[in-house]
Amino acid sequence: MSYTLDGWQEPTLGENLARAGVERRDFIKYCSSLAALFAASPALLGSGTRASADDLDGDEVAETLAAVTKPNVVWLQLQECTGCVESALRSGGTTVEEVLLNLLSVNYNEAVMAAAGAAANDALDKTNEQPHVLVVNGSIPVKDGGIYCSMGGKSAETVLRESAKNATAILAVGACAVWGSVQGSNPNPTGAVGVDQIIKDKPVINVSGCPPIAEVITATIAYILTHGTTPKTDAQGRPLFAYDQRIHDSCPRRPHFDAGQYVRSFDDEGARSGWCLYEMGCKGPSTFSACPIIQWNMHTSWPVGAGHPCIGCTEKHFFDLYTPFYRALPNVTGLGIEATAEQVGWGLLGLTVAGVAAHAGATAIRHHAAKKAEDKEPLEAFGDPQPGDEPAAEPEPPDEVTAVEPPAEADAGEGEEV
Amino acid sequence: MAERVVIDPITRIEGHLRIELETEAEKITNAWSETTQFRGIETIVQGRDPRDVWAFVGRICGVCTSVHSIASITAVENAIGANPPDQALRIREIMVGAQEIQDHVIHFYHLHALDFVDVTGCLEADPAKTVAFAKSIGSKWKGNTEERFAAVKATVQGIVDSGQLSVFTNGYWGHPDYRLPPEADLMAVAHYLDALEFQRSMIRIVTVFGGKNPHPNFVVGGMACSIDQNKSESINQVQLDDVQAWIAEAVDFVTNCYVPDALAIAGVYKDYFDIGAAQPDFLAVGLSGSAFHGNPNDARLISANPIKPGIVHLDGDKVTVEDFDPTKITEWASTAWYKYAGGDVGIPPAEGETDPVYSGPKLPYTAKPNDGLPWLADSPEYTWSKAPRYDGYAVQVGPVARVLLAYARGHARMKEIVDSAARTLGIRIGQLNSTAGRTLARAAECLLSAEILSTESFPAFVAALKAGDISTFDASKWDPSTWPKQASGYSFVEVARGNLSHWITIEDGKVARYQCVVPTTWLAGGRDKEGNIGPYEASLSGNKQHPLVDPTRPLEPLRTIHSFDPCMSCAVHVLDPSGQVLEVVSS
Repeated sequence: MSYTLDGWQEPTLGENLARAGVERRDFIKYCSSLAALFAASPALLGSGTRASADDLDGDEVAETLAAVTKPNVVWLQLQECTGCVESALRSGGTTVEEVLLNLLSVNYNEAVMAAAGAAANDALDKTNEQPHVLVVNGSIPVKDGGIYCSMGGKSAETVLRESAKNATAILAVGACAVWGSVQGSNPNPTGAVGVDQIIKDKPVINVSGCPPIAEVITATIAYILTHGTTPKTDAQGRPLFAYDQRIHDSCPRRPHFDAGQYVRSFDDEGARSGWCLYEMGCKGPSTFSACPIIQWNMHTSWPVGAGHPCIGCTEKHFFDLYTPFYRALPNVTGLGIEATAEQVGWGLLGLTVAGVAAHAGATAIRHHAAKKAEDKEPLEAFGDPQPGDEPAAEPEPPDEVTAVEPPAEADAGEGEEV
Repeated sequence: MAERVVIDPITRIEGHLRIELETEAEKITNAWSETTQFRGIETIVQGRDPRDVWAFVGRICGVCTSVHSIASITAVENAIGANPPDQALRIREIMVGAQEIQDHVIHFYHLHALDFVDVTGCLEADPAKTVAFAKSIGSKWKGNTEERFAAVKATVQGIVDSGQLSVFTNGYWGHPDYRLPPEADLMAVAHYLDALEFQRSMIRIVTVFGGKNPHPNFVVGGMACSIDQNKSESINQVQLDDVQAWIAEAVDFVTNCYVPDALAIAGVYKDYFDIGAAQPDFLAVGLSGSAFHGNPNDARLISANPIKPGIVHLDGDKVTVEDFDPTKITEWASTAWYKYAGGDVGIPPAEGETDPVYSGPKLPYTAKPNDGLPWLADSPEYTWSKAPRYDGYAVQVGPVARVLLAYARGHARMKEIVDSAARTLGIRIGQLNSTAGRTLARAAECLLSAEILSTESFPAFVAALKAGDISTFDASKWDPSTWPKQASGYSFVEVARGNLSHWITIEDGKVARYQCVVPTTWLAGGRDKEGNIGPYEASLSGNKQHPLVDPTRPLEPLRTIHSFDPCMSCAVHVLDPSGQVLEVVSS
């Protein structure tokens, strides 16, 4: 699953940063935030040579990152909305524009590159000839000969195949690239599919979300540079460091779920008090994402924190499986007993004390430490999936939802020798 | 003999745009604007819960993120009769205002500036002289220090020395029409980086209320975020302090960095006030951020600064305004890959229909001279973008339309900003219809928007909060059983790129029909039945005088196309393929 990146060129990132006037302490600060992010995931422990992610501190990340050289990057935008590039632009940390200008050489990206037309296509072709990292935003519409998305006169599928050929790592960034997202939803008029439906001879890292959190995008790239391997992923190809937790399990509002304290209408007394949004249709119980931990836009807030139920945008087919968005998920159990949240209510308040204690105020790191210390017990007690288990992400579709058609299998041979 | 030139992809825009040109003697004689992506989102929302639609159509665009969601909830509210509380409307206005400022800044620095700024010019610049240059153009930005400029120069030097130019690979560096002195290049690149940092902080305003960005969350009937000064889990003084600080940053950045930079670049490239004119007719329904439930002429509006909707006509420097009538909007598919049941006619959005039928050449098509591949404009139909018309003619929308409308309606502060810029640059009002004019208008509008956010929208929200108004949601129409069996509604919102309207019909609690009329469709659409060209096309080939000196380095047309701030994912939308006729909406 993992492989080494080659073909990078001198000079090293460390030299570039020094020349660019990025102070080492700023760089280490940035790296510390990455280390904290990686450490939030116990799943990292099994990968690479490290005995424990806890060993990975900011200094070490800085040391590793500074030694790497710049990978060439092709960053495609296929059938999509540019929200993923916009998200990446919002990535926090320290002087990220300096870090990114020096960390990567993004030779092709339509949203930001200086060149256009023939000069842009030339940059793409030349980079494609060498080993490079391929980042893909957007889906591939395979219907009707690919006429629904073209660039440089070529179909999205052709452009993707040409860029994947010499890629040493492929990141599908965003719901469109992962599975087709909004345009891939029923009835999927353009036959939109994700990258791993087209590229089957290489592993594809699925950085899911609509869009993914900025820091998760940049950290996935930084992970590869730091470790020299692609991150360990779940069954859907998502990096465990950002997708091993159910939102429901790391949600600061979880104690209110356990206590049966639910928002019944937007802006009611419960909403103003930050109660659980389960009854408003929150998909947190079925959604794997680090939103509550990393939060959005430099830790400003996150969807549930701003009072709206999670719509489950890191899960495949959420526009079909999770709609209507405001209907409560069926049969979410709590407290390790055979009771739905609705049945739990106030009557079982007494039983929730342990649950509240286990969940309240847990930050990412503390949460991780607590789980280790208690040997998974709090989660087991709640009858919830364990980290590393096959994520039980997709619930039974609610009755009235139109059945989701699985994405069309792309013909793997088509367009390969363009 | 005309020479054919293809620019595909047009980069530094949102989405996929291809331009085909014919040139003679270094002038553009003919142009075709070709949108090459289609997704069909309006089809996908049919049959769904109208309260969910904001999340689908919000994904039309992640650059002008939020605005389609706001247009959607506003249209649904108009249809079902929901009445969002004043504070919810104020929050939306603050969010759109913040989004617009962030969007305009990103456009100017990250999508447009490299049309005028030679990044490699930095290497010749003296950081100390750059400080003096910045001062000379009236830039009071705090980042204008010798140390900062020296560090940025070193960054650029490092990138150049590494041989890996990253996003600057294959740029048109050294093109003879890059005209800025090296110090201006260095200052601009420094501000390019500063703007990245600024936009990141600016957008947090949206995140406070919408939980994330891009694609924040909205709710039909109000806002999901509660505001309560006495609750820790609500938006309270802690967040309000942050928002206040970010708004102050916005005023500082726009006033002291963006506007002086825009004026300086416009001054050096002053001939671009006579290049790139498109249709002299402009549509706007208010200042940026105005949102209307139904007809903008009589909809309830909380906006801090409304101006009356109108169509502006420029005749030289003479400005006249005609009242706006939403029933005069039609869309044509004459040159687009759609078929209308009734043939090649213009259809009002309220009765719109579309059936995508691709008639272009098989892929691949030509991307460079003499590759023997087909040319799209050889077919009568050449784009996924339809061609909207107002009262039968093509109009411009966007910042320049709003600036001209506000100017014509006598908006005092806008008049002051525009007159001052015109005096500085020595231009006339009629020259705003140009490449440089659209870019200048965007900066002028951004300044007014930052001021309004700071002195009107946010203070109005805080004052109401102080008076005890904390309600953000109208629950009375949340339950679909409270809706009529059949309901129609629409919305108009003035968003970063121009006039946006969404139109919905609901039947039995589900979406029966949905459509959007989008700024970039107004601008990027192709020819209509009579062969009248669209605004992009007119800006390039309208007077046959647009320069293109070196077809392999098409810097000049890129300047003009970028001046519109294209957003192609927004431009392409498909209506109900069944071709049902919608009940005519009136309100």
